Amino acid sequence: MSKALSAFRICDFTGQLAGAGATKWLASFGAEVIRIEDPVRQGRWDILRGNVPFVDDRRGIDFGGAFNNHNTDKLGITLNLRTDKGRQLLASLIKCSDVVTENFAKGVLERWGFGYEQLKEINPEVIYVSNCGFGHVGPYSGFRTWGPIVQAISGLTFTSALPGQVPAGWGYSYMDHTGGYYMVMAILMALIHRQRTGEGQWVDLATTEAALGLHGPTLLDWTVNGRASRQDSQPSSNRSQWPVMAPHGIYPCKGDDDWVAIACRDESDWQSLVTEIDEQWCSRDAFSSLDSRLGNQDDLDIQLGLWTSGLDKFDISQRLSAAGIPSSAVQKPEERIDKDPNTGSFGLWPTVRHTKMGEVRVDGQPVHFSETDWAMKRGAPCLGEHTQQVLTDLLGLSKGEVEELRREGIV
Amino acid sequence: MTALSGIRILELASERISFAGKLMADMGAELILIEPPGGDACRAFPPFLDDEPGQNRSLYWWHYHTSKKGIVLDLDTDEDRKIFKKLIQTADILIEAEPRNRLDDLGIDYRELVGLKKDLVHVAMTTFGRSDPRSDLAATDLTILAGGGPPWSCGYDDHSLPPVRGSGNQAYHIGCHFAVMSALTAILHRELTGVGQFIDVNMHAAANVTTEAASYAWLVAGATVLRQTGRHASISPSMESQVVCADGRYANTGVPPRFPPEFRKLLDWLTELGLKDELPEAVFLEMGADWEGPFNLSLIGEDDKITAVFKSGRQALTLIASRIPAYDFFFGCQSVGLSVGVINSPEEAFEDQHFKERGYQVEVEHEDLARTFRYPGAPYRFEKTPWRISSRAPELGEHQEEVLAKLLE
Repeated sequence: MSKALSAFRICDFTGQLAGAGATKWLASFGAEVIRIEDPVRQGRWDILRGNVPFVDDRRGIDFGGAFNNHNTDKLGITLNLRTDKGRQLLASLIKCSDVVTENFAKGVLERWGFGYEQLKEINPEVIYVSNCGFGHVGPYSGFRTWGPIVQAISGLTFTSALPGQVPAGWGYSYMDHTGGYYMVMAILMALIHRQRTGEGQWVDLATTEAALGLHGPTLLDWTVNGRASRQDSQPSSNRSQWPVMAPHGIYPCKGDDDWVAIACRDESDWQSLVTEIDEQWCSRDAFSSLDSRLGNQDDLDIQLGLWTSGLDKFDISQRLSAAGIPSSAVQKPEERIDKDPNTGSFGLWPTVRHTKMGEVRVDGQPVHFSETDWAMKRGAPCLGEHTQQVLTDLLGLSKGEVEELRREGIV
Repeated sequence: MTALSGIRILELASERISFAGKLMADMGAELILIEPPGGDACRAFPPFLDDEPGQNRSLYWWHYHTSKKGIVLDLDTDEDRKIFKKLIQTADILIEAEPRNRLDDLGIDYRELVGLKKDLVHVAMTTFGRSDPRSDLAATDLTILAGGGPPWSCGYDDHSLPPVRGSGNQAYHIGCHFAVMSALTAILHRELTGVGQFIDVNMHAAANVTTEAASYAWLVAGATVLRQTGRHASISPSMESQVVCADGRYANTGVPPRFPPEFRKLLDWLTELGLKDELPEAVFLEMGADWEGPFNLSLIGEDDKITAVFKSGRQALTLIASRIPAYDFFFGCQSVGLSVGVINSPEEAFEDQHFKERGYQVEVEHEDLARTFRYPGAPYRFEKTPWRISSRAPELGEHQEEVLAKLLE
């Protein structure tokens, strides 16, 4: 097990990918992440818990494939926070935790009596990181969001499109992943500061703001030059904004929904491509310089697409790559997971053991550390799987007391 | 007080790694950006101030290099490598996205550097990781994303249209997010143990694990998701969720109403707008509003009544959207408790009252131009150690004397 973060304990209320993805990073580097779940509603505040995909025909709260993917190596306990005893146990846990994490709508923890002011009373050095679409402050802080809404609001949906079409957006919750990354950074920076000064703090993460920061040059073009990105016709996001390149796009290939990406960074890339294609149209005046190719990009894309459409996407990308031109097949999940020599040898898809689901492959981390590398061994906790372990080992209760709490419906 | 004060980072200038440096510099790390003679290529990236190119006029440069100090070193020369080695002895972190073998060829890779600074954290970002020769192949943001998975899930129901790459150099952003998470994890470990390390960041792998269901549907169930217009790629087609509003702008209706109280509120809103009679399916909406007992969503597609009620929620939203402007639709939906969002362009989002009131717009002084410009602000609000742009992006070699004079002291 990695020891990079083994000194830290996280009292974790996160769910879905946006929150759980963040604490997954910490757990993979050895932090003790303790998920708190509700025994009454069977942990359903994380909608992924009993949801698709499934490894086999079994269904139920412990069989959600996405939940397993996002919650590896965490401990899971149940606490009924409607009860005084449940809240007392939570307070004891907060007292010995370094960080409290959540991605509820604003106000949920406060309603249970665990807003930031209460957290500080329980543990003066606590770090509290909240993560929601609009943050806990500001006119929209009461609004509801999930990944696609964050992307719509922040401009990410708008900036993913083809000309003449409606916005395509991101076909998944890119900002759940990315919101999670900012949550990790926030937790780690707050921990570094506390390590040096003993001072805890609250970090209010609004994922819409994290998303806005991904449009930097576009926003400066607006504030400095007054140029809006919304214009009469939507530019193709498959084309390059900065630096300027042409050709630059995704082109059809032989096969079922097969595509190849090609980018010419400069004149030398273009000349190499012309040599590879070796067809008359390449030498037209309309394509002779970057400026003319940019001006005739629609035509250029049609011509290039006619060339690629008769060829295999991997053959093209290998050929062009060998000639020094940036190119890649648009890989399907099976291709990049099971047939890609890089992801396999990098160890990107580790197998974890889930108590009920058995062995399942999950997303690993795309990095390796020379001294304290990440590891993923255990699948996501079943509901309340570690309640007894945490309550006895950490909070010092006896097995009998835990049994009593179970009978009373507190855990 | 800043979160990363006292941490010195060296960054070898590159379009790929620049965002990682900005993220840490804006949190208070002292970041020394090392450019080659003549400057980094990004200084020539558009857009430019007043659309006029110039070494210090690239807005791309401005954005990605806030809060950094700039020096020039020619690492191909012995003399400047000596200076670099001295600098390394003062540094906590090195971040770079150099070609796979370049630093080794120059004798300044981790192997050598750790001899000069034993607790150095060296973060190296490459296309396919340091151990894969494919990292030597030419690649751009587009090709990294295409191979790594995101475009497969993005695009339109019509699969004769190509998959779509979201713009904004997101492959670099994803890689940089992992570079920063890694650097901070290693620094925290070093705080406790005094041990530094080398970190290999693989951009292709980073894109691969930033694809949500596309990966885990395959890993868990051997299923392949297919792209759909404006909504999650999915194994089986889902209902349209993007609607066009009366002002021509789009909104994402996200999760449609699923529970009787939501059907009730939506029905009330429809009635209030005087649109109930125009919706033939309003009868099903009423049925949903009056539903008794659990509304079992898993029966959608099987039970005719439940299917019709569920559909009527979307139909009502589509009708309402077509009659009112996008922002009214957004506010109206949120007031009935629906997770709905207007599809903003980046600048529309930037000017939205919510972000203004949160202080997201920040002023950055460009004293060289005697002007101040508005920049995108904090990605997170730290209570005690706030994010802050401490200075505009550096001019070429602007801090050469300041940095090197201290070094020679």
